[in-house]
Amino acid sequence: MSLDDATVRKIATLARIDLADADLAPLAKELSGIMSWIEQLQEVDTDAVEPMSGGTDMTLSWRKDAVSDGGHADKVLANAPEAHEGFFGVPKVVE
Amino acid sequence: MTELTQLSLSAARDGLAKGDFSAVELTQAHIGAMDTHRDLNAYITEVPELALERAKEADYNIGQGRAGALEGLPLGIKDLFCTEGILTTAASYILDGFTPPYESTVTANLKAAGAVNLGKTNLDEFAMGSSNESSYYGAALNPWKKTGDNSNLVPGGSSGGSAAAVSARMCLAATGTDTGGSIRQPASFCGIVGMKPTYGRCSRWGIVAFSSSLDQAGPMTRTVRDSAILLSVMSGHDPKDSTSADLPVPDFEASLTGDIKGLRIGIPDEYRLDELDADVKALWEKGITWLKDAGAEIIDIALPHTKYALPTYYIVAPAEASSNLARYDGVRFGLRVEGDSLDDMYVKTRAAGFGEEVKRRIFIGTYALSAGYYDAYYLKAQKVRQLIYQDFVSAFKGVDAILTPTAPKPAFPLGENSDDPVAMYLNDVFTVPASLAGLPGISVPAGLSSGGLPLGLQILTKRWDEETLFRVAGVLEETAGFSGHPFDGEG
Amino acid sequence: MTFLIKGETETWEVVIGLEVHAQVISNAKLFSGAPTDFGAEPNSQVSFVDAGMPGMLPVINEVAVEQAVRTGLGLKAQINKRSVFARKNYFYADLPQGYQISQFELPIVGEGTIILDMSDGTSREVGIERLHLEQDAGKSIHDLHPSKSFIDLNRSGVTLMEIVSNPDMRSPDEAGAYLRKLRSIVRYLGTCDGNMDEGSMRCDANVSVRPVGSTELRTRCEVKNVNSVRFVMQAIEHEARRHVDIYESGGDIQQETRLYDPNKGETRQMRSKEFAHDYRYFPDPDLLPLVFDDDYVESIKATLPELPDEKKERFMSDYDLTAYDAGVLVVEKETSAYYEDVAKGRDPKAAANWVITNLFGALNKKGISITDSPVSAANLGKLIDLISDDTISGRIAKDVFEVMVEEGEDPEFIVDERGLKQIRDTGSIEAAIEQVMADNSDKVEEYRGGKDKLLGWFVGQVMKQTGGKANPGMLNELLRKKLSP
Ligand SMILES: [Mg+2]
Ligand SMILES: [Zn+2]
Repeated sequence: MSLDDATVRKIATLARIDLADADLAPLAKELSGIMSWIEQLQEVDTDAVEPMSGGTDMTLSWRKDAVSDGGHADKVLANAPEAHEGFFGVPKVVE
Repeated sequence: MTELTQLSLSAARDGLAKGDFSAVELTQAHIGAMDTHRDLNAYITEVPELALERAKEADYNIGQGRAGALEGLPLGIKDLFCTEGILTTAASYILDGFTPPYESTVTANLKAAGAVNLGKTNLDEFAMGSSNESSYYGAALNPWKKTGDNSNLVPGGSSGGSAAAVSARMCLAATGTDTGGSIRQPASFCGIVGMKPTYGRCSRWGIVAFSSSLDQAGPMTRTVRDSAILLSVMSGHDPKDSTSADLPVPDFEASLTGDIKGLRIGIPDEYRLDELDADVKALWEKGITWLKDAGAEIIDIALPHTKYALPTYYIVAPAEASSNLARYDGVRFGLRVEGDSLDDMYVKTRAAGFGEEVKRRIFIGTYALSAGYYDAYYLKAQKVRQLIYQDFVSAFKGVDAILTPTAPKPAFPLGENSDDPVAMYLNDVFTVPASLAGLPGISVPAGLSSGGLPLGLQILTKRWDEETLFRVAGVLEETAGFSGHPFDGEG
Repeated sequence: MTFLIKGETETWEVVIGLEVHAQVISNAKLFSGAPTDFGAEPNSQVSFVDAGMPGMLPVINEVAVEQAVRTGLGLKAQINKRSVFARKNYFYADLPQGYQISQFELPIVGEGTIILDMSDGTSREVGIERLHLEQDAGKSIHDLHPSKSFIDLNRSGVTLMEIVSNPDMRSPDEAGAYLRKLRSIVRYLGTCDGNMDEGSMRCDANVSVRPVGSTELRTRCEVKNVNSVRFVMQAIEHEARRHVDIYESGGDIQQETRLYDPNKGETRQMRSKEFAHDYRYFPDPDLLPLVFDDDYVESIKATLPELPDEKKERFMSDYDLTAYDAGVLVVEKETSAYYEDVAKGRDPKAAANWVITNLFGALNKKGISITDSPVSAANLGKLIDLISDDTISGRIAKDVFEVMVEEGEDPEFIVDERGLKQIRDTGSIEAAIEQVMADNSDKVEEYRGGKDKLLGWFVGQVMKQTGGKANPGMLNELLRKKLSP
């Protein structure tokens, strides 16, 4: 499996990681190498196999509908790179 | 005071109880060792003042006759566990300056049992790696060196700092996390005991997530008994983690009966890889003999999908990681690199904040989940994962435990695998299958390589059967009689 | 009531599917213990889970599950006893985790139906494709700072039900009727308060057009987050006309997300969605499959109230109401209960008339809801009784009702206090008649001369004489008798 530059560019965009043009080709080569090693999975016959998505076969347990949290905006904002008047601040978004 | 750092966790516990020494003395001794071995870069953050304060409190509690199970025992905490009021980095620049306003369930359990936190140990960035070289804070070093060779070796990873610290007596024991071998492989490299419990045994709440369906906390210690003691405190049901099992915690220490007569031990043929180091192979054979001599029945088993475990893992873990690491966006905590729009800020922050290996895995994971590739990669990997699990389910119908090497080779020099990611991934070839299956596993130091480096053997049991795991590990430890010490002549 | 757009070359039909996000009524959030109240201080209702802090994990709220099942049952939908939560991955400033926990392949509720009650009394069926549970995002505020957007995470993690219809609607009216009906159902069930202006019910409309007679589905555009029924209808109409214009001028529609600007009355492309969508859904590994059994579903079914459709049927058969009247009375649970209190032991049609015409009119004028009505059901019932036992006339009753609306008093008291009781005593009525005849002997002559039409005039005069209180039947009879030669 080989990834072309455009695919790598698209992935970087989806992942929101800035990528210099110069890094594109080497990264595409490296990722292609890893993906072609992974390609061996295609040999396995998985036709009748149920996918396993978790590390356990338990099912979800539910909690009561009780308010047990909140009321600590200070702690929520304590690590924020930017905060104003109780809000997080980000560069202006135009919808 | 040096000898206090040589004690096992259980010996230190008993010594404190008898009043042979105080928790402050014990803590002070370890703070001294941390100073002595700072060159190992085993800790990212040291908190000696907090530790001494905690130790004083522990001495008071012991005096009052109300000591907790780990009262006054100094531990290292992998810097992946969120600790309230103490910098938590996951060894990543992107968590720059992050001080959690909360405490992970596992470390809260340790705290409640009276343990002393000495500091936060080094690791591969976001626990992604097998050598600790991907840490933003620099590589941790293995305290061991090859006979007659002074070059620095990796401690393994990702819990490399914890393994180095335990091995170099910079703490009595440490916490680690294991996603594909991150406790067991560094334990093998550093000559200590590293144990990954059944997925769901320890709460993941408050542990910086790498791969949610695989991550599991576990103890890193110098003895099997210490491992059992520590796990009893770390584990237990946590209603804050939906994947935490609502099961009682057995008295793991009590499972160390020293008797494995009649137990059936499986030996998987698929683990006899060509790449396997000759010393490792020889040690494995020895291990088989030891267990046989102790009265176990040795049975050949088949785990036919073993060879697909690594590629499966390198889809599943990066896919989950690509999503788990989306929250590092410069908005609510950690690093922000300003940009002229929201997206510009995102891409710059994440490019600057994540290291190469983390980016590589985010890219692989994003790709595996993206439109048009999901079925071929992610879904395929989930199905192969099922087959790998079913291999173990079938095998455990005929055996009680499985014995394998922990890693295919001993610790290697820094930089050795740095330009070949797949070669690096092969370090985890024996640990990853059990991670995918959610099984408990333990690495027990069992001998030295011809170059004088520690080697571990791995024991696996079925889900929730840590008691058999510890029982076999105890016997293996006893018969192997590993007494290696990283610093020859230092005592 | 067909809605067709006549273009230059074709006549076009609009195809509409709606996605409604309904906020579930619960104390705490879907996956955290933070509260859900509207309008609190910024970031004061946020747990570390809702803020996407490192190592935080979701644990599901049992009431969210129950409310989704209840709503599914109300939509006569298939309940999936095993469902799976998935992550929908995208970056946005008010999406702290970098993904929304939602349901994708296996939602908790599958196919169902909604019956639309159209204003002409007809009904139409619209298919529900699915209902799934998901988390709400936080809120971005763009107008508090010249160069910054501010983020409030109070809503982050609040439980939403996303209810997706099939593309079964063909007019803005149907879309409006769908939203009103859905709102009615969730309010009956108590699963969502349905307040669109507070954002607890939000609608995304998927709109496409096609030439009449065609069965293909053309490219659709999604108009996001419209916050009133009226705006949804306007947005659909505008969007449909935009498509027609583009097609007729030889252009093509691109699938995209748009916003409706009610001030300009137009939709426009969302600029923040420049990036290609690829949500990379996958099962959330922090959450295990959501599983329950038949008993659980049955236990919820046992607590379901009578729903609007069933109530409407019953009103039509028990009270002999028209489909329209029954439909109007059952929209809100409170109205139907009010109506039934009024109708109990009385003429149900008269009760319906009073509620629909008079009460609704008065409430509308005052802009208040039936729960705040100054006229209680008991008092409106008494008023109807006063008419039927001839204590007052229908005309006087309207005056009494006016007073009830303003002062909220008991009609008997009003009638008593103001002396509005009907005059039923023959002597008084005859005296009034005689007075009028004496004052208008010329008119009496004309009448007797054959000008029958004057009878009405005499009735009016006598009524005036008695302050409108004369019993109309008696008045008519006595007047006729006295006037006859
Ligand atoms: Mg939608
Ligand atoms: Zn939605």
